[in-house]
Amino acid sequence: MNISVNSFNKGALASSPLLTGVIPFGIICGVTCTETGLNQWEALGMSSIIFAGASQIVVTQLMNEQTPILIIVFTAFLINLRMLMYSASLAPHLNHETRRKRAFLSYFLTDQAYATSLRRFLDENQSPVDKPSFYLGAGLLMWTVFNVTTFLGASLGSLIPDEWELDFAIPLTFIALLVPLIKSRIELVTSVLAGGIAIAAYAVPLNLGLLLAAAAGISVGSLFELKNEQ
Amino acid sequence: MNNNLQFWIVILALGLLTFSIRASFLVMMKNQQLHPRVSIGLKFIPTSVLAALALPAVFLTRTNGIQFTEPERWLAGSVALLVAWCSKNILATILSGMLTLWIAKHIFG
Repeated sequence: MNISVNSFNKGALASSPLLTGVIPFGIICGVTCTETGLNQWEALGMSSIIFAGASQIVVTQLMNEQTPILIIVFTAFLINLRMLMYSASLAPHLNHETRRKRAFLSYFLTDQAYATSLRRFLDENQSPVDKPSFYLGAGLLMWTVFNVTTFLGASLGSLIPDEWELDFAIPLTFIALLVPLIKSRIELVTSVLAGGIAIAAYAVPLNLGLLLAAAAGISVGSLFELKNEQ
Repeated sequence: MNNNLQFWIVILALGLLTFSIRASFLVMMKNQQLHPRVSIGLKFIPTSVLAALALPAVFLTRTNGIQFTEPERWLAGSVALLVAWCSKNILATILSGMLTLWIAKHIFG
């Protein structure tokens, strides 16, 4: 595989400001893993295999609530579906590569690598870069830092006594991820709706109330948007 | 079922699924585009799922049957929500919530 070192470094450098968010998030991911009894090596295994922090915290929370495997996997899968958009939007920029190389590159797809790369690829005022190398520079930096910080977080988390109630960091993380995503009134309405239904339907067995609530938010939002388009 | 086995099944299944999301267009459908209808649906998934996870987790627990959490957690969750709204910062949100919980527990507990 031909990597342009120059473009790789540019990608890493361009994505580096985002580390201010990735470092604390990785630590939180690691700490919350210990709330379900995982050690730092298991946390590292989780981070390197899934490599998508929000969905990993979802797994932790739902494992704590004794949710069936299928519902855990499906809910976490929903959280990661947003990367379908990233994959579609990056594909035209990387479609000259071999299939194997594209498969390798897609493993590093994250919010951060996507945002950094696309911004640069669409910027006509900057000198052209080798796109796969630039993207890999951003992706590999995020991958390394995320895995190291989850490992550190899990090592740290196992030392913290239960009285600190660190399990509460999990819903707080959901709040921290949710609020910046609410950019319009309809997103606010559907979030409140989904949250309200999730509380009302908490007693539904198998934690299915969660999926019911999410489905309500998604359908009301989509119907509203579709109607608005016409 | 063994808890550890269950954990690894979830991790491997989710790892595979997540990789197939990432690889979808990049590997399989490199010359195709996402249907606009699909993007509309995708747009509301993260907020709806996160809200459906966050709200019950602040107010309710399943530890010994379904119960309300302690009011200190309601307060801490509300403070975190406010901080999230104003700062949009992950770290500030989590720290403010945890600090509120600890302080409230110290005062009322």
